[in-house]
Amino acid sequence: MPDSHAASVPHAHHHGHDSHAGHAGHAVAHQFDDAEQQFGAATLGMWIFLLTEVMFFGAILAAYAIYFVTYVDPFEDASNHLSLALGALNTVILLTSSLTMARAVHAAQTADARTQVRWLVRTLALGAAFLVIKAFEYGSKFEEGLVPGIGFRYDGPGAAQHELFLSFYFALTGLHALHMIIGIGVLLVLVWMARRGRFSAAYFTPVEMSGLYWHFVDLVWIFLFPMLYLLGRH
Amino acid sequence: MTPDPSSRTAVNYLNVDYGVRSWLLTKDHKRIGFLYLVSITVMFAIGGLAALAIRLDLLTPAGDLMGDDTYNKMFTMHGVAMVFFFLVPSIPAVLGNFLIPLMIGARDLAFPRLNLASWYIFILGGGITLYAVLTGGVDTGWTFYTPYSTEGSNTNVTSAALGVFVSGFSSILTGLNFLVTIHRMRAPGLRWLRLPLFVWAQYATSIIFILGTPVIAITVLLVAVERSLDIGIFDPALGGDPILFQHLFWFYSHPAVYIMILPAMGVVSEIIPCFTRNKIFGYKFIAVSSLAIALLGFLVWGHHMFVSGQSVNASLIFSFLSFAVAIPSAVKVFNWTATLYKGSIGFEAPMLYALGFIGLFTIGGLTGLFLASLGLDVHVHDTYFVVAHFHYIMVGGAVMGYLGGLHFWWPKISGKLYPEWLARVSAVIIFLGFNLTFFPQFVLGYLGMPRRYHVYPPEFQVLNVFSTAGASILGFGYLLPIVYFAWSMRYGKVASANPWNAAGLEWATPSPPPPDNFAETPVVEDDPYGYTRIDPGEELQVA
Repeated sequence: MPDSHAASVPHAHHHGHDSHAGHAGHAVAHQFDDAEQQFGAATLGMWIFLLTEVMFFGAILAAYAIYFVTYVDPFEDASNHLSLALGALNTVILLTSSLTMARAVHAAQTADARTQVRWLVRTLALGAAFLVIKAFEYGSKFEEGLVPGIGFRYDGPGAAQHELFLSFYFALTGLHALHMIIGIGVLLVLVWMARRGRFSAAYFTPVEMSGLYWHFVDLVWIFLFPMLYLLGRH
Repeated sequence: MTPDPSSRTAVNYLNVDYGVRSWLLTKDHKRIGFLYLVSITVMFAIGGLAALAIRLDLLTPAGDLMGDDTYNKMFTMHGVAMVFFFLVPSIPAVLGNFLIPLMIGARDLAFPRLNLASWYIFILGGGITLYAVLTGGVDTGWTFYTPYSTEGSNTNVTSAALGVFVSGFSSILTGLNFLVTIHRMRAPGLRWLRLPLFVWAQYATSIIFILGTPVIAITVLLVAVERSLDIGIFDPALGGDPILFQHLFWFYSHPAVYIMILPAMGVVSEIIPCFTRNKIFGYKFIAVSSLAIALLGFLVWGHHMFVSGQSVNASLIFSFLSFAVAIPSAVKVFNWTATLYKGSIGFEAPMLYALGFIGLFTIGGLTGLFLASLGLDVHVHDTYFVVAHFHYIMVGGAVMGYLGGLHFWWPKISGKLYPEWLARVSAVIIFLGFNLTFFPQFVLGYLGMPRRYHVYPPEFQVLNVFSTAGASILGFGYLLPIVYFAWSMRYGKVASANPWNAAGLEWATPSPPPPDNFAETPVVEDDPYGYTRIDPGEELQVA
């Protein structure tokens, strides 16, 4: 790939392409040779980022797994403090949101701005619904005195391990919820970009990358749901 | 060789723009590397002053300079500043940032904005940690061991842990950026097995950055949360396990040692062929050994925990794997030594650091094998033997490599020559000061002086006085490069594009490089390190 890039032109005149792009497709940033290389870099970067996320959640899930193996019975009991109905409902909501996200990625490449926005907003709404339900779950834990650290009131057998389980419950679902909140923030930006007609068959990188992120956060929940909610149901 | 005057008048990354704003909003990898250089030098100074205070306190057996609590805070500050805010970012964030795009013939890293963000995150993390230090300090040691860090200590553990947590994202983003750049942005013809070994080393380091750092991030976050919200993850009262913290901590923090040493090995692999005028011996072995170290390095963390009550079977395996990780390290040392053979060796300052690295790293590595032996470790665990061992790796290895690299590439970075004679003197002072500081600590540790205590039996005083004297010399030695590098920025002789007659794409563009690095994307047609044995016409440009 021979390159006709003129390096003698001062840097400042070079970049900022992306800030006034949008009409005739997306310009390639100065460090890349072509759009294909730019898209390849973004994709690889996103997958590497998701790999760091796997290690991030992996570490705490490993810690949780070790305690579960050590305290099988108390953890199974403690798992029954959680609401299976709400957890299952949230699982359905999140899986559906992955579907709408996939449609949003598809629409970004093929459809008009209105259709793009429609699918993004549906995803957003489902993500918000998940968080609302999660908030109700947290609220009921407060009322039942099942929040570790502040007036943990359960005093049945294995109370200490129940508290340990719930510490993990809040740590794991809290981290997951934080990722959901970030995802919703990303979706808001995408809606704004889609409305301004930024996406086309030639340029849809942000939607595709955000889609990968959204599916990943969904996948984390697919692990959390059985590991937290289904321990005691057999 | 007379410098090409046109290279000074041409637009380069330093003169393309002026003013604080142009630096703080830059997306140029070279400028960001420079920002990191300044920031980590400040952290190095803070960590170094803490070290000086520690050594002064240890002059007398009674530890007359400061009280117990202050001493604990001093060695914690030293460790946290040096590990998380100097050694980990040192070569990757400064030299890697500056050199990787130049070495692979790219105009910048793949994600320049992310690169700048990583610097701001680093500054934020450093700021939070400095806040923790200034508002009372931390006394847990840089390892934040539970349950002391979660329940015992009443110092600023939470904010210090948050500072470390935040700065971790700076490492992650840097590693991500390097990996994508090396994968996707190599110049035409620059196949994997033509990559400079420095780039291979950065690649291996980046793998550790992205796989290890998230684990320490979640771990210190859990400590901070456990302290501030009173939940218990490592709390024995709830059946939690403080040892689990050690596992998670060392899962990152042992590979972190390779984050520090691998880039230095990459630097040495560049310097040795240049100053022997030899092609590097065993290129493929050195390249692959970097990956082997990165991967094996993830499997040895348990050797920090031989006396923690860990199962003997686990200890046996960790011991075996720790010996195994010495093999790729030794492969490198043998290959560097073989490169010296029949070379036309020059003793310019970068080469002095590289040679110093080989010797000191070998001592540090071999004493590591002492510690990896199950029986011997019981005797020297948590003694000054350990302190001496890892300082031979981190200071004798990583810092020597960092300084060697700074000298080697300084003409490229600044466009100026540093004063060669003074630099050689400094390198010798640093080498002597280092050995005088840390060699007595091997003996002290073997005789039984525990680390992290600030009072000791009087019979240990002579060796401690040696060590403190050495630290003073070492500290003076470190001041010199800071002064003459800064001096040379303004008053140094103008450097040519390639003052060392070195191979490598970074020398094929003016010093300092233009903002986009290359006038035309270079095409690579040869293997790296195309040095010829003896070239009588060859002369290096030194000041």
